Amino acid sequence: MDLQTTTYLVVGASFALYIGIAIWARAGSTSEFYAAGGQVHPVMNGMATAADWMSAASFISMAGLIANMGYGGGLFLMGWTGGYVLLAMLLAPYLRKFGKFTVPQFIGDRFYSKSASTVAVVCLLTASLTYIIGQMTGVGVAFSRFLNVSSDTGIYIGQAIVFLYAVFGGMKGITYTQVAQYIVLICAYIVPAVFISLNLTGNPLPQLGLGSTMSGSDVALLTRLDQVVTELGFGKYTTTTAGSTLNMFVYTMSLMIGTAGLPHVIMRFFTVPKVADARSSAGWALVFIALLYTTAPAVAAMAKYNLHATVNTAVAKGGDLYAPEASIKADERPDWMKRWEKTGLLKFTDKNGDGRIQYYNDKTKNPEAAKKAEAAGWKGSELTVNADIIVLANPEIALLPNWVIALVAAGGLAAALSTAAGLLMAISSAVSHDLVKGVFAPNISEKNELLAGKISMAVAIVISGYLGLNPPGFAAGTVALAFGIAASSLFPAIMMGIFSKKMNKEGAIAGMLAGLSITLFYVFAHKGIFFIKGTDFLPMIGGANSFFGITPEAFGAVGALVNFIVAFAVDKVTKEPPEHIQHMVENVRIPRGAKAVDGAH
Amino acid sequence: MSLNEQGAAYWSATLKLLGGILAVWFICSFGAGILFADALNSIKLGGYPLGFWFAHQGSIYIFIALIFFYAKAMGDLDRKFDVHED
Repeated sequence: MDLQTTTYLVVGASFALYIGIAIWARAGSTSEFYAAGGQVHPVMNGMATAADWMSAASFISMAGLIANMGYGGGLFLMGWTGGYVLLAMLLAPYLRKFGKFTVPQFIGDRFYSKSASTVAVVCLLTASLTYIIGQMTGVGVAFSRFLNVSSDTGIYIGQAIVFLYAVFGGMKGITYTQVAQYIVLICAYIVPAVFISLNLTGNPLPQLGLGSTMSGSDVALLTRLDQVVTELGFGKYTTTTAGSTLNMFVYTMSLMIGTAGLPHVIMRFFTVPKVADARSSAGWALVFIALLYTTAPAVAAMAKYNLHATVNTAVAKGGDLYAPEASIKADERPDWMKRWEKTGLLKFTDKNGDGRIQYYNDKTKNPEAAKKAEAAGWKGSELTVNADIIVLANPEIALLPNWVIALVAAGGLAAALSTAAGLLMAISSAVSHDLVKGVFAPNISEKNELLAGKISMAVAIVISGYLGLNPPGFAAGTVALAFGIAASSLFPAIMMGIFSKKMNKEGAIAGMLAGLSITLFYVFAHKGIFFIKGTDFLPMIGGANSFFGITPEAFGAVGALVNFIVAFAVDKVTKEPPEHIQHMVENVRIPRGAKAVDGAH
Repeated sequence: MSLNEQGAAYWSATLKLLGGILAVWFICSFGAGILFADALNSIKLGGYPLGFWFAHQGSIYIFIALIFFYAKAMGDLDRKFDVHED
């Protein structure tokens, strides 16, 4: 069977499974639609959270970025897992005890103010929408390869499917569907990694393979990779940091606290039966997430090695990388390259007209590599590979069987769809429950509330799809921006709501607004106002990364700091919260007396 | 102990536990994985330079252990101060 047919079959079967589950578990009342009635086992909830969490950014984009960045890419690995420690200890059990099912509800009640809850809705919508833009980019990449269309067409198709998918079902459908999606995506990620690790190092466990020696030699894989990439003028793989140590530090911090502030993840912890379950649920989620996250660095390094070995035969055989016959002939390039060229995400141009492909860093600061390239008559790197295709192309690069390639396509789609659905859920509940019912029309009927939720989902999909056509960066980079926004606005407010009895509404509102606006200001300066191309205003802030060399993706941690400082300053000069609120905080801190989520509000 | 005092004692025990766990959390990821990664890289763990290993593998394993340790320790605190559910 040819690759295309196999891909259709595998992807089709996985979709049939998800839709089957969604129909089987169709939701009834509003409470069930959002929170599955508070009855989900911690391990199941952990798996569903993992699927919800691991999006196109984790699955499709992250390993590619790590391959490009090397050691510095570790900020994604640490940032997107370390946040679970914060979530488990600082937020999840207390929010569960609080017993409401949306983040704005918590903020509105704790800070005894409709305005606080409205500000929280604004923060939530900004973060979630940015996040979905990243998903749409990823969906576009996955569909473009799998249907052989351009990545723009891929996004249109993705929009339609995400819409159908999220509007059916509801959270209960989604919880069980997401368990199925987790299983599909984790198999899709690990199976090719095992094959490749076995090929390169003889060790089937990618986590160990990455630290092993190459098959048939006593040189470690990472040592050989370091040699090859430095010789070709790239930075040394195991030490190249992300910009600067400071930038890597705040970037990691930003992703960690963003994880703990993202509404669609927090919502998950409202759906476990008990406070104790909320604690261990985060642990289970992290176990399932770690399966992918500890495999990703191996995928990254091995894909990078294989890519170089494909275009330059001296990489595997040894010898001079700059020898003319080491670069492969363009006519003999493997089929997978031709397949990806159709999507426009991989490009080859024969700059020196020798009919061979030279792939190296032509902007290198390493004089030795520059000299060698010039002596060899190389006139610029002839291959451009979009970082977002590395994972999907990985099994093809390693020449693995067709069913593995098809499985990876199904996994990528599962990852993107499950997260998009979870985010749309958070958006729809924020708009319908917290904004429409909470502020504008308190007497709205349950049916109209659901309708408002569905309309807001549709609007969110259209906006994010439109912005996904001209994304502010690679999928993982865009998603990192969303984390920065959540980190700077929601996380500090929720945390102060639990850990500071005296924090009042004035402080919390001022803090959220300050954190959100300074972060958006810095991000929009780099990426354009609301990510619209051409509206960036870098000169106004003194050039790119002008704040101590910190990139916009990393700025969330700074925004969070501003949020805390402003909140405490305003809190000092305004009057303390009423007595009953302080009692409520004391009550939230102890597990006894936790009730099931109160859907009627 | 009155209910209020008991609640306060429980809370301060909780904060102490959180502080300890956060210290380990910080030292492994931001310490070993970022600030001291260069220095640790001179030590090898198989084919891994140690600082690189912490950033790409080690921190994640430690995070998992920390959460389960926390869940267990909190469960014990709940019972010790008699504030557990049911």
